[in-house]
Amino acid sequence: MSATFRVASGGLIDRTRTIGFSFDGRRLEGHVGDTLASALLANGVRLMGRGFKYHRPRGVLGAGVEEPNALVGVGADGRYEPNTRATDIFLYDGLTATSQNRWPSLGFDLGAVNQLIAPFIPAGFYYKTFFGGPRLWAFYERFIRMAAGLGAAPTLPETDAFDHRAAFCDVLVVGAGPAGLAAARAAALSGARVILVEQDLRLGGALMRDPAEIGGQDGLEWAAAVADLVRERGGRVLTRATASGFHDHGLVNVVERRVEAGEAPAGSALAQRIWQVRARRVVLAQGAIERPLLFSGNDRPGVMLASAARTYAARFGVRPGSRALVAGCDDNAYLTALALADAGLEIAAVLDSRVEAVGPLAETARRRFTCHLDGAVIAARGLAGVTGARLSAGGRMFDVRCDLIAVSGGQTPVVHLHMQAGGDLAWEETSGAFNPTGPRQNQDSAGAGAGIQGLAAGLADGWRAGVEAAAALGFKANGEAPIPTGPGIAAPSSSGAAYALPAGSKPKTAFIDFQNDVTASDVDLAWREGYRSVEHLKRYTTLGMASDQGKTSNLVGLARMAAALGKTPPEVGLTTFRPPYTPVTFGALAGDAVGHQVAPNRRLPLHDDHVAAGAVWQPSGYWTRPRAYPAAGETLADAALREARAVRLSVGMVDVSTLGKFEIVGPDAAAFLERICATGVAKLGIGRGRYTIMLREDGIVADDGTVWRLAENRFLMTSSTGGADTMAAHLSYVRRVLAPELRVMSTAVQERWAGIAVAGPRAIAILADLTGAPPPGHMSVARTVLAGCAILLLGASYSGERAFEVYAPSHAVGPIWRALADRVAACGGGPYGLDAMELLRIEKGHIVTGAEVDGRMSPHDLGLTRMLRKRGYIGWAALQRSDFQRPDRLRLVGLEALDGVLPEGAMILPKAGAPAQGHVSSAGRRVLGEGAIGLGLVEAGPDRLGEVMIASSPTRGLTGRVKLTAPMFHDPDGERYRG
Amino acid sequence: MMLIACPHCGPRAHTEFSYARTMDAILPLAVSAADAARILYERENPRGPSQELWRHTHGCRSWLRLTRHTATHVITEVAPWPPTGTPG
Repeated sequence: MSATFRVASGGLIDRTRTIGFSFDGRRLEGHVGDTLASALLANGVRLMGRGFKYHRPRGVLGAGVEEPNALVGVGADGRYEPNTRATDIFLYDGLTATSQNRWPSLGFDLGAVNQLIAPFIPAGFYYKTFFGGPRLWAFYERFIRMAAGLGAAPTLPETDAFDHRAAFCDVLVVGAGPAGLAAARAAALSGARVILVEQDLRLGGALMRDPAEIGGQDGLEWAAAVADLVRERGGRVLTRATASGFHDHGLVNVVERRVEAGEAPAGSALAQRIWQVRARRVVLAQGAIERPLLFSGNDRPGVMLASAARTYAARFGVRPGSRALVAGCDDNAYLTALALADAGLEIAAVLDSRVEAVGPLAETARRRFTCHLDGAVIAARGLAGVTGARLSAGGRMFDVRCDLIAVSGGQTPVVHLHMQAGGDLAWEETSGAFNPTGPRQNQDSAGAGAGIQGLAAGLADGWRAGVEAAAALGFKANGEAPIPTGPGIAAPSSSGAAYALPAGSKPKTAFIDFQNDVTASDVDLAWREGYRSVEHLKRYTTLGMASDQGKTSNLVGLARMAAALGKTPPEVGLTTFRPPYTPVTFGALAGDAVGHQVAPNRRLPLHDDHVAAGAVWQPSGYWTRPRAYPAAGETLADAALREARAVRLSVGMVDVSTLGKFEIVGPDAAAFLERICATGVAKLGIGRGRYTIMLREDGIVADDGTVWRLAENRFLMTSSTGGADTMAAHLSYVRRVLAPELRVMSTAVQERWAGIAVAGPRAIAILADLTGAPPPGHMSVARTVLAGCAILLLGASYSGERAFEVYAPSHAVGPIWRALADRVAACGGGPYGLDAMELLRIEKGHIVTGAEVDGRMSPHDLGLTRMLRKRGYIGWAALQRSDFQRPDRLRLVGLEALDGVLPEGAMILPKAGAPAQGHVSSAGRRVLGEGAIGLGLVEAGPDRLGEVMIASSPTRGLTGRVKLTAPMFHDPDGERYRG
Repeated sequence: MMLIACPHCGPRAHTEFSYARTMDAILPLAVSAADAARILYERENPRGPSQELWRHTHGCRSWLRLTRHTATHVITEVAPWPPTGTPG
């Protein structure tokens, strides 16, 4: 197909380079410099998508990031990107695009039947219609899910590389239109280091659609010279880079696209980069977005923003139609008609909503075209494309034939970043728009984005902003403000606004939000139903809630709401501007924090020994720890049981290096630990240790561990693996903030000391043999030597058997592990992992942080009351609250499964269907005997021992009876571990 | 992202720091049961300047007192806490 709508010459496209692309499977051609939208228009393709709700045919409305209609999915496989604006993707070789919101095809769409039932899908449809309880809802939901959502989310992993980079500068200029370029030039000339960011591929902004000369130079050449100047003075110019969010303390996030959506980067090059720019001053020069006009059928393909029509003609050399009707509210209408006529379009008529228009543009246009004052479009004719329009002018109605309606309802300054930075807005009556005011951070706004209309005024304002930003940092102004020269500077001499729906237009087909299909009648309905706040209006009608965030629609909807309320727009107010300004892919947000770079991986000092022993790994916080060591063909459960049985019957060994370990030293070390620990510490004899619990200030158990007195003023305290970092911060807080007078130091030695627990009836003999002396008794500590290395040997049991913990410097622990492993293996045992450890501790009723210690349990709840000191520890005061004494709190019990089923996390109920009275916190099985056992937290549990309850896990479909028991299933008198 | 001027290290991104609590929520070690409940659960949530305890966790690890506006995030003061505090 030939590019029938391409004009013979001109435009910023490279006509010598032709690019092939496909749209819905059709092979088409465009040029380097084209957007997908301009290439489609050049090929005569006007139907680019379908409406979200009614599936009405849609063409392209805009020519930039504001586009609400022409959304496509581009790319394939891992590079597929849905909801990309056809106006914001530059053509590349092999670009594959597919339209959205249509089934089975764009031309023939079954969903368009929704148009016929449109009267029955008004605002708030879902809220009003789908009543009838959960059963009916389940029925509706299937159909809603089919219709819901915009585009289809990619299903394959991201294939490209992304990263984040920090950057600093004196002056950040957002937007490289005339004002932004002038600001960048002023700042750079005065010596400031500038970063200039532009979301487009090229610099120049409005100069690309409304060509002009600046200082005797072609506007775009002048733009390129500004960029060179910025770079020469040590600054940076980023194109295809969108300032997406203005955050606290001058931080602006800039998303730079290195390739287009769906395009493969060369080699391993980046697809996108997020620049986190910390600027001393920020000049926001983001320009303005034109507003559409309200009339029946204003969404038909062929209705286009006037600025977009000029862009297609001047920048892309594309005729956006053959015969144009131009409708506006100020001189932009005449400017547009003249530009389109230059591109070879016939002008059907020019409508100006004002009753008077003077100035060179209006006069020139009147000489060449039929122009009407007090004019408005009432309705667009045509279904899949505009074929004509019904107009009114000076009270008279008539029809014209046209295939393009270029509309301009006024200019909306882009104030998103200004508002994100906490700025304010001021309503301007003539332009009918909000202008930025009251900057709160280090920002300033300039040009069209500040409500300044016209090239000369915009350049002057940009220069002012650049000079002021630099001056605020101590740089002296240098050079002259740029001024437009030569022909073509007849910029719009006035600004206006047209919000009203003309008499005779039907509000049901006058669209305000094109992307979410919100019409004028939806806003009216919301008002009739009592919605008065703009925040409610937005959520009820979904106005402005689509991925375009209402760039073309928010003010139009607000104005209609305000008119209904009899208020002015500033009285009604605006909704919040939230980042990002345009959609950002998850890949860019994740940056390089993907795969193994998501989180640090803490590697055990004995990692390689575990690999050699055949470990199956399990993540445990940032650590990776052995879960079990299955033999060939052995299941994990069988392996864990075999390992645990070895401990009960003979001996086993486990890597406990990850335990939190703290060395507490100083004359006040004991006094310090008495604050931290709720159990007695000061009376511990040298060389002795004990089990301890640490409470939070609110009386809840934070963690548990052991504390050992190594010398009069030197202690070793352990905590759980997962709680180690929290405990380190807590110790620092108490020592530094609460009790700075105590003479004590605390050092986290978690990674300094590797630990190995040797447990089982044969452990004592093995250690006696390897150290050459009888090992210390239960809860005693000795310094000795094993495999030639000085170690700390603790008598401590977690498994319930006689057990020892060996602590050695991490770098030296390998030979110790191997020496122990030889002896353990000779006794028929071996290493055991987390699963076996879990079986052993559940059978002994030991609580663990993360299961029983879940951030809600007091020491009373966990049956630890007898261990508590009378007073003086952190958490004591809060623990006196009466609620902690209530007997019906969730409290620790043992659970014995009567039906062989005990799902971890299951609810515990008195009988089927009753409200839950607790849950299964840990589930395991007897190590030597048979049967499932576990630990649970049950209301008044210890007062109900012997009661049979139901453990139910609906999500897993498992239910069984459990008997409440004391939380102790093995050696209740502790004869085995004391040895 | 806020920028916090650590008195020991200079201005750093707030991701290096941890928020601990407001200064009035610091529970003294020798606190009565009644005072503990009041300090723990009956707290102000002002819109305006707020005195807060932070820690430069991924830096010098010192405890700092900040005065931060809760609505604008403007930080007017960063000082070691306690005033005699040193990193560590």
